[in-house]
Amino acid sequence: MYAKDYHDLGTPGATGENVTLEIDGATVSVPAGTSIMRAAALADRDVPKLCATDTLKHFGSCRVCLVEIEGRKGFPASCTTEVAAGMKVRTQSEALTRMRRGVLELYVSEHPMGSCPDSSRCELEHLAGEHGIGESRFAAPKTPRHVHTPREVDHSNPYFRFDNDLCIVCSRCVRACEETQGTFALTIEGRGLESRVAASQGEPFLESECVSCGACVEACPTGALLEKSVLTAGLPQKAVATTCAYCGVGCTLVAEVTDGAVSRMVPSRDGRANQGHACVKGRFAYGYATHPDRVTKPLIRKSITDEWTEVSWDEAINHAASEFKRIQAKYGRDSIGGITSSRCTNEETFLVQKLVRAAFKTNNVDTCARVCHSPTGYGLKHTIGESAGTQEFVSVQQADVIMVIGASPTEAHPVFASQMKRRLRQGAGLIVVDPRAIPLVKSAHVEADYHLRLLPGTNVAIINALAHVIVTEGLTREDYVAERCEKDSWEKWKKFVSDPVNSPEAVEQITGVKAGLIRGAARLYARGPNSAIYYGLGVTEHSQGSTMVMGIANLAMATGNLGREGVGVSPLRGQNNVQGSCDMGSFPHEFSGYRHVSDDSVRGAFEAMWKVSLSGEQGLRIPNMFEAALDGSFKGMYIQGEDLAQSDPNTSHVTAALSSLECLVIQDIFHNETARYAHVFLPGTSFLEKDGTFTNAERRISRVRKVIEPLCGLADWEVTMRLSNALGYPMSYTHPSQIMDEIAALTPTFAGVSYEKIDRLGSIQWPCNDKAPEGTPTMHVGEFVRGKGRFYVTAYVPTSERTSSRYPLLLTTGRILSQYNVGAQTRRTSNVAWHSEDRLEMHPHDAEARGIEHGDWVGVTSRAGDTVLRVEITEKVAVGVVYTTFHFPESGANLITTDNSDWATNCPEYKVTAVQVVKVAQPAAWQRRRQAALPASPRDKRTPAETMGN
Amino acid sequence: MDVEHLVAMANDIANFFDAESGKDRAPESVRFHMSRYWESRMRRAIIEHLQHKGGAGLSATARAAVEKLAQPA
Repeated sequence: MYAKDYHDLGTPGATGENVTLEIDGATVSVPAGTSIMRAAALADRDVPKLCATDTLKHFGSCRVCLVEIEGRKGFPASCTTEVAAGMKVRTQSEALTRMRRGVLELYVSEHPMGSCPDSSRCELEHLAGEHGIGESRFAAPKTPRHVHTPREVDHSNPYFRFDNDLCIVCSRCVRACEETQGTFALTIEGRGLESRVAASQGEPFLESECVSCGACVEACPTGALLEKSVLTAGLPQKAVATTCAYCGVGCTLVAEVTDGAVSRMVPSRDGRANQGHACVKGRFAYGYATHPDRVTKPLIRKSITDEWTEVSWDEAINHAASEFKRIQAKYGRDSIGGITSSRCTNEETFLVQKLVRAAFKTNNVDTCARVCHSPTGYGLKHTIGESAGTQEFVSVQQADVIMVIGASPTEAHPVFASQMKRRLRQGAGLIVVDPRAIPLVKSAHVEADYHLRLLPGTNVAIINALAHVIVTEGLTREDYVAERCEKDSWEKWKKFVSDPVNSPEAVEQITGVKAGLIRGAARLYARGPNSAIYYGLGVTEHSQGSTMVMGIANLAMATGNLGREGVGVSPLRGQNNVQGSCDMGSFPHEFSGYRHVSDDSVRGAFEAMWKVSLSGEQGLRIPNMFEAALDGSFKGMYIQGEDLAQSDPNTSHVTAALSSLECLVIQDIFHNETARYAHVFLPGTSFLEKDGTFTNAERRISRVRKVIEPLCGLADWEVTMRLSNALGYPMSYTHPSQIMDEIAALTPTFAGVSYEKIDRLGSIQWPCNDKAPEGTPTMHVGEFVRGKGRFYVTAYVPTSERTSSRYPLLLTTGRILSQYNVGAQTRRTSNVAWHSEDRLEMHPHDAEARGIEHGDWVGVTSRAGDTVLRVEITEKVAVGVVYTTFHFPESGANLITTDNSDWATNCPEYKVTAVQVVKVAQPAAWQRRRQAALPASPRDKRTPAETMGN
Repeated sequence: MDVEHLVAMANDIANFFDAESGKDRAPESVRFHMSRYWESRMRRAIIEHLQHKGGAGLSATARAAVEKLAQPA
């Protein structure tokens, strides 16, 4: 079912030269390759249809869309017939109506009028009504409702149900699963009247291969596949276009609202990033926004061992401000700081860093990108000149070779993964560099040409070996490099990578990857001609994270794979606004637009606009704040929308630091783990409750629009503003658009951005300024942002985190499709139906050696700590490697990760931890302590002990 | 600040620049990196470690970098 008020054009658009034809006497010009159906719809002469929808290729099965074409025999289907110059088409005639009525009556024999729970939005019933059909002459007399054998309704999926008896077997759902999502979970089984839609081998949807993206539900023209929320809610009164708050794809969604509550979320077909698609999180998992766990009243307490007291906004804000003032008076100006959030809007993030710099008068501000993509900023800035990905997502459709490094797009960026898989099905080559056999390595109609299954921590050795092959086999683009890169750095780098120490044969022992595979992958990447690299946290969250990002940029420059569509270096950002939070000046050394605080002219511009003197000395990063807290020189923090106690590594170290603070102010929608150490709790708002913008992984700035009123009464930006005013630094914005105007005035790459322009264009990719008034889809065209590209020598330095006889396995971490980050949102939705706990993946050989069986509880011990998880035996991980996710606080995944970090940015090395795994009968000591402590919420009471033996 | 941790960080930075800048220029590259990205408490602590604890644990490049860092601008 389409989004409210959506006008479906029947078939996808085309891109040929315009041709002119006549439809029902009206002159129409459309690109060659356009179907008659689409051309007619564009001219507001919609042809009736059932099996067609504009997100899917034409199918031509329903026989409802027949038209007449002058000079042609018969009645061609308008969906499968392309326009031609001078063509004259009739969409309405007595003959056409008679045929359509006949066909519709046959459909109605299977799907009687009024049988849909939401008949007003059933395309068949709507069409039949338009053709004056009340009931069918063809309904079987003994079984008036069903000619075929009825089946039970499948309610297994938590978000939608499948009623086979309402299905007209148009195959739109099957094609959506194939073409849009690329999962191939649905099929038509049976023949003739017994044909029916089946998930996998006729299994309930929940138990099938279905990933619950919802594409089939949206494609269904009847109520056969229908959201359960639609069954209970009435028709929507309004529809609001906004931007998803989950991963860095930044899907444009349409929220339908019934009686003040969201009744359905539908991906916008106008969304440039998602192109009409969404995933199980964005489309369905929005219920957290109104979960009973939401904190909606401000809370304060003197000590973290005290009970919380509910207070007014004024009391909470004034208490926080007076505490921060007291601490600064006692310990100095730099004894406090703030953390911005990648889950909040650009405007909110900008405001928090402004508060820290202008009201706190320090640069002690940082953001959660510290622990994910800070090496991306460092590595790309130094090599090519800008701290951002180079492409837009649609660029992948021009790629001939795709290299995915340290990312699992189908799990963490599923909507982009569907676009990528579409290109792979068309024949693009695929290289996967990952310790784990991610789903992309082999799935329906997709198989990697090369899977470089390296040992965790050896990325840089691999990238150097790939470069070695490309350089020594003469596969570089000398002309491109000569024109666009620094000569000296190029020569130095070539000499470095040519050294036999970097050959695939030499690094085989280090990486565990056969030299032949590396050589083959290098040749494939160099051959292109369009080769694109997509990477994730498996690149950045290492002690050599920044080095690896530089290595990736080196490889792309050396092969001429930057500066046009189909190529590039694209970091897949984990959270919805990681790019934006970095852009907005959240790092302690940079103002918005990545300009160092020590730059007098830049700082002067901010001082003039903000009417305050600013520090030119960079502040503390998050890990440094913890260190400073433990040495007693850092005493107060304002954290907006982050859960450091769960998301940051070496939890014991983090919580010791948080416990030492004299004032910790948390602003969040839930009582998170960090709130256990807080003195003031300021209720936050979800993305549904405010206006603003998010910037996705392709630098696309999209609007977030208020769908429902804030549950706590104030949007996050309003709370920050009040805190600033209480601290004595006045802020007086009345709408986030004014904050964006200030960002644009102070940030050259945002100079041309405004809400009016975003609304007009739909979205804007920065840089957007006089040189690029409507934004920049592809960066570094013609020349790099820094001028000449610079190659950096990237020597491989093994991490200090090594296996030993005591810790013989390497643990690496990642995400799963149905859950998101620390799970604060998705754990409070029905997504737990797919993933209700974090599990430890272990290879069968390692399990057998330890007497561990599938489903056992196992103790995982590292040099930093220990925890207990349930084990999953799988060959997705190699021998010697174990893997887990970090979505549930009771799993304590970060109790075992260490505080090793990237040399340049302090991004933690989440991806490499030496561990031992043994079978256990009870939870870890910390889990027992946690169980005994006051729970943050009823859900948090669960521990492995409570579920053992179930 | 945890000096042991700062020493490890300094050595990691030095490892990168030893290869990138060469042994001769690496100390200046490391100093520059510290001056751009390390907060003043961190810089003070590592300088103090060099001046009062002999810079124990620092690699040659890192030590040379901290010596440069300690010099008045």
